[in-house]
Amino acid sequence: MSKTSRTIVTMPTAAKKGEVLEIRIIVQHDMESGFRHTETGQRVPRDIIRDFLCTYNGVEVFRVELHPAMGANPLIVFTTTATESGTLEFKWSGDNGYASSTTSTLAVT
Amino acid sequence: MPLSNQMSRRNGKLRSSRLFLKRSFLFSSLYCESLPFATLLCLSLFLLFSVQSRADPVGLERQSSYDLMSPDTKAMQDDPLLNPATFAVLDGQVLWQEVAGKKNQSCASCHGDATVSMKGVAASFPKVSSSGQLLNLEGRINQCRVEQQGAAPFAPESKPLLALAAFVANQSKGMPISVERTPANEQALASGQRLFNQRMGQLNLSCAQCHAERAGQKLAGNPIPQAHPTAYPIYRLEWQTVGSLERRLRNCLVGVRAEPYAFGSAELLELELFLAWRAREMPLESPGVRP
Repeated sequence: MSKTSRTIVTMPTAAKKGEVLEIRIIVQHDMESGFRHTETGQRVPRDIIRDFLCTYNGVEVFRVELHPAMGANPLIVFTTTATESGTLEFKWSGDNGYASSTTSTLAVT
Repeated sequence: MPLSNQMSRRNGKLRSSRLFLKRSFLFSSLYCESLPFATLLCLSLFLLFSVQSRADPVGLERQSSYDLMSPDTKAMQDDPLLNPATFAVLDGQVLWQEVAGKKNQSCASCHGDATVSMKGVAASFPKVSSSGQLLNLEGRINQCRVEQQGAAPFAPESKPLLALAAFVANQSKGMPISVERTPANEQALASGQRLFNQRMGQLNLSCAQCHAERAGQKLAGNPIPQAHPTAYPIYRLEWQTVGSLERRLRNCLVGVRAEPYAFGSAELLELELFLAWRAREMPLESPGVRP
């Protein structure tokens, strides 16, 4: 897996104060478990995303620890409450120096 | 009465009831043997096959395996922002513009904007080329790569090949499969049909026995689809990746314990051609998601 990859975030761009937002994030990753072997019997080393973090204006609102049993291209759906206008930052990090990040802006009225 | 005596009496009672059961079981099996058993067996097998064997569904009776999926998996295919194959399509879009090979050409150098030039193209494959060679979409991409770009062909099932195939196939999404019987493909189509109906492997099963005669019934709890290749390349959840129709066909061949045909072999191409012709006019869903 390359050092970074594609991500897709699905969330509203505007919300009312106090509204609960559903955020869907999907990231491109093979999530090689480390338990598989090649045809010649060599073990394929583990290469997975270990951590996902979502911050809302710099404050951590959601975190996931990922393990080898997670499927490829992990999709995570979670919710947070709209408190103030600002930026949500999504960060993934994993084996072999993998790191991806993306941001979305949210206007709260 | 001492407890041990009570126990033994109870055991005795149990033993006698077991004996009774055994006797009645023996009696019933004897009763069975007195009937013309072979005739009964023949009759039940005949009934099973006469009820289960059906003709290959045609026309509007045909059904994409999409209809057999759970609402969750359907939603995953329908929404590009949820469909994991979207990543392959996006990778293909980048590869489309990328210059490769000795001739310093990209796909876009000749074909331009794929949303225009590739519209409906995937729906017409497999196709017999001008040189008389039967090619599927992946084969056509590799032919371009070797002849027009002067680059090494992509390996079968390699990520860039599947990405380009997914990107090109996505341009025909919703369009009807347009494979017709022509003088050029007639022979290959007939071979494909023969292969579809040919029993193979240690289980001695043909494609048709499951996917035509018993489509809609269950195999190990899962519905048997009619095997219309309407969504390839697919993101198969079992594979955890995008894969081609050839990979899926090889899966089935292993399933009936036959030696799978090699990627790009004439047999697989002929089968692909027959399946596409059999699914003609059904809309293309590429890239699909399957369980």
